[in-house]
Amino acid sequence: MKIAIASGKGGTGKTTLSTNFAAYLSQTRPVLLTDLDVEEPNSGVFISGQLVHSEIKYKMIPQWSGDCSLCGLCHEVCNFNAVIQLADQILIFPELCHSCYACSELCPESALPMIPQAMGELKHYVSEQLNFVDSRLHIGQEQAVPLIAQTKKYIQAHFDPNTLQIFDAPPGTSCPLIEAVKDADFVILVTEPTPFGLHDLKLSVDTMRQLNKEFGVVVNRDGIGNDHVLTYCQNEQLPVLAQIPNDRQIAELYSRGRLLYNEVAEVRKQLDSIIEYLQLPYNGGTP
Amino acid sequence: MKEIVIVSGKGGTGKTSITASFAYLGGQDIILADCDVDAADMHLLMQPDFATAEDFYSGQLARINPESCTNCGACADVCRFDAITVLEGHYTIDAINCEGCGYCPRVCPEKAISMIEQKVGQRYISHTKTGSPMVHARLGIAAESSGKLVTKVKTEARALAQAQHKKFVLVDGSPGVGCPVISSLSGAHFIVLVTEPTVSGFHDLKRVYELVRSFNLRAGCIINKSDLNPQITDDILAYLQETGIFHIGSLTYDESFTKAMVNGLTLPEYTNGSLTKPLKHSWKTIMAYVSNSGD
Repeated sequence: MKIAIASGKGGTGKTTLSTNFAAYLSQTRPVLLTDLDVEEPNSGVFISGQLVHSEIKYKMIPQWSGDCSLCGLCHEVCNFNAVIQLADQILIFPELCHSCYACSELCPESALPMIPQAMGELKHYVSEQLNFVDSRLHIGQEQAVPLIAQTKKYIQAHFDPNTLQIFDAPPGTSCPLIEAVKDADFVILVTEPTPFGLHDLKLSVDTMRQLNKEFGVVVNRDGIGNDHVLTYCQNEQLPVLAQIPNDRQIAELYSRGRLLYNEVAEVRKQLDSIIEYLQLPYNGGTP
Repeated sequence: MKEIVIVSGKGGTGKTSITASFAYLGGQDIILADCDVDAADMHLLMQPDFATAEDFYSGQLARINPESCTNCGACADVCRFDAITVLEGHYTIDAINCEGCGYCPRVCPEKAISMIEQKVGQRYISHTKTGSPMVHARLGIAAESSGKLVTKVKTEARALAQAQHKKFVLVDGSPGVGCPVISSLSGAHFIVLVTEPTVSGFHDLKRVYELVRSFNLRAGCIINKSDLNPQITDDILAYLQETGIFHIGSLTYDESFTKAMVNGLTLPEYTNGSLTKPLKHSWKTIMAYVSNSGD
């Protein structure tokens, strides 16, 4: 089963929930946690393990051979302005390239071969029953989507599809989020009971409905703000899977990069409530 | 006119509340631009009137005309995004996977594929409660091109600032280090980094500053919730000194942040207490710093 943990607004507790949920579940079954928030990956702050694999991830970009008749077809076919024809040369803007191969494969003179360009790094750690895969975008790279897609490919190639998989998704509702959640079986939307939290939750709910996803809501920092998030969930008939209290002790543990479930009984109870809702078998995963 | 961009790397550090507070303190000197187009929340504090709206089109989606399609599959062969699949015996575009690259129509022998322009959001110019204008946007669900929408918002804000002789454009950026952030940094005069003393906050501060530095932009930092973890606050202060980032000020952890938000108010409107003073000081410091520097 694939569970993605997402939120419209940043900083609502997505990573806190992902890491605690995965580590807690891994005490009783094999779990894979993947950090797909490749722009600012923070799961690794809370999860450690033995590094078993690391690799640089590349995206494919065209490179001009320097020798062609400058017919201009490459410039014309590129929908992303990544290939520009000047009077005497072809200019490539790799950060704008979406790796569609159109310029390269349609070039009548094969003057634009595709070459790999490093865009980020993937690392795979293991700690007992918890596998953890982390990808981070190199600074200056604009597009998170190709790295997210390749990280998911690594997982497909290395893990049994029946493994229980938790994904820490990027914030927002645009292309990186879609790429991260599009093949999830269930999405947990983390929010906080504030006007910002509610506003961005509504956007996330619209997104999940448009994607036809099964999803539920976790309210973090319960007790701050107001009850409008809960009223909204009630009116929209959205399941509220857990309510994690607003607590200075939690904030301080978090600030030090510590997991919560061992030290805060209430967090354990809330995680159990999510497990119960999802009906995760005690020793699920690979039969 | 000087452009000040507020970013944080990590979400939830208080970036939007702090930006709105500066907009309130800056009053008539300011044009506000909400470039966190993915999760635009500024309007909840500034009560804009959405006076003018304009649709924003960007990017395309492929569409196959089933009447002329002969199911040859040439389109699916060239698609690198797994966006063309056979559904009930017909080649069909998966709108979620389609990247809009326009390769498939070029190889279709029947000319059965067309590219359709996508409306990806709306851009607004509003009057806010301070009497000063705000440029903001709403990105459509599951839309691409948030970077382009950011650029549009910023371009409009600059044009308004020129026309109305405003001193500052104040830009609320988005979290992360990817395309919307890169678009919001371009052309800025000064970057305000908002962080918090948590291992995650500090980690993300370093990543976003690396990006800021690669654009050769000058930056200052506000440490929010500074008393949450005094040791990490000290580590951040040491990092600021080491990298030459200017420490604008610190704010202690305060529930007024949430309470002001619940009431739809900026912090200086809500409280005259512990937060207003450091915020006023921070804003004065930023104004002085930016005004005394060249372009």
